[in-house]
Amino acid sequence: MIGPIISSGIVSQAWDNIFALILGMGFGFALESSGFSSSRKIIGTFFGYDFVVVKVFFTAAIVASVGLLYLSYFGLLDFSLLYIQPTFLTSAIVGGIIMGIGFAMGGFCPGTSLAASAVGRIDGMVFFGGMFIGVFLFSESFPLFENMYYSGSLGAKMINTTLGISPELFTFFLVLAAMGMFFGAAWVQKKVKKVEY
Amino acid sequence: MKKIKNDGSFYVNPYLGGVILGTVLLLSFYISGRGLGASGAVKNTIAATVNVVAPQHVEKSAYYSQFAGGDKRPMNNWLVYEVLGVLAGAFISGIIFNRLKLKVEHSPKITSRRRLVFALLGGLIFGFGSQLARGCTSGAALSGMAVLSLGGYITMVAIFGTAFIAAWIFRKNWT
Repeated sequence: MIGPIISSGIVSQAWDNIFALILGMGFGFALESSGFSSSRKIIGTFFGYDFVVVKVFFTAAIVASVGLLYLSYFGLLDFSLLYIQPTFLTSAIVGGIIMGIGFAMGGFCPGTSLAASAVGRIDGMVFFGGMFIGVFLFSESFPLFENMYYSGSLGAKMINTTLGISPELFTFFLVLAAMGMFFGAAWVQKKVKKVEY
Repeated sequence: MKKIKNDGSFYVNPYLGGVILGTVLLLSFYISGRGLGASGAVKNTIAATVNVVAPQHVEKSAYYSQFAGGDKRPMNNWLVYEVLGVLAGAFISGIIFNRLKLKVEHSPKITSRRRLVFALLGGLIFGFGSQLARGCTSGAALSGMAVLSLGGYITMVAIFGTAFIAAWIFRKNWT
């Protein structure tokens, strides 16, 4: 079966939301079982006492990237049918900076705050509630940010094209960079004073 | 594989956790042709709610009208179902690893109240930024990185780079 099996019509569109529910369960399970329901564990990355975020996030990124390349290479996946987020330079940078501040203040990102809420962390629920206010404020003030929202449009641009290399070579460098970060994290963690949480 | 924590709960090895997460993400692309997300479900819920309260406002808004109004059904959306699954999956993990407990997690140096005020503000700011960047850590950064999207990498670097600096500014809340 050549994927994506729903976009290519192999499996009926009616199944899409059911798969969404099941995939979401896998996502939530992965987040919670790795410890992403604890804000202090997540934030440990920024102080060097717990690198779970770096380890889980980059392992997931290389598993998915390498997996997609292999599926595509063996003709099991039509890469052109995948949704690739279009790049808008200004909003990607400014939005990312704003999210970074929210991350350091709140100790969660949207997905992890859901995982925390599910196991009863009140700080996670409050963070998730705060998101509704933030999304509402953005939506209501959209005219003020509309120019920024659409500026620097590059379309569905891929990073390897920007660098002028093949997807395979870029992914190889990504794996190397992740390995470097994993060893670096282990080294830093040994030097940093343990924090009880 | 499992590490015993002070509170008696267990976490899976982070590399195993990463492999599970990466495999779920890969399956998401293989099945539905798209990555995982979280903030989009909040956006759709807001758009749907505003559409019920003030449908004319949605029609006139250049933002809401992309997601709600007309024959659009913002709550019958892939991300909304996926987020419900996230809650269920995390809850199951909480049962298995014995972590279900109603509590405010915070550093012993700060009060619960201070933690909750910062959680609210952090969520507000994160939610705002996620709309500007068209997605959060999962939808824009992680899923974008998997398909080698330039924007995904830029957003990832911007989030983590800023958080490293900002965490030091707010370090009294954490360490």
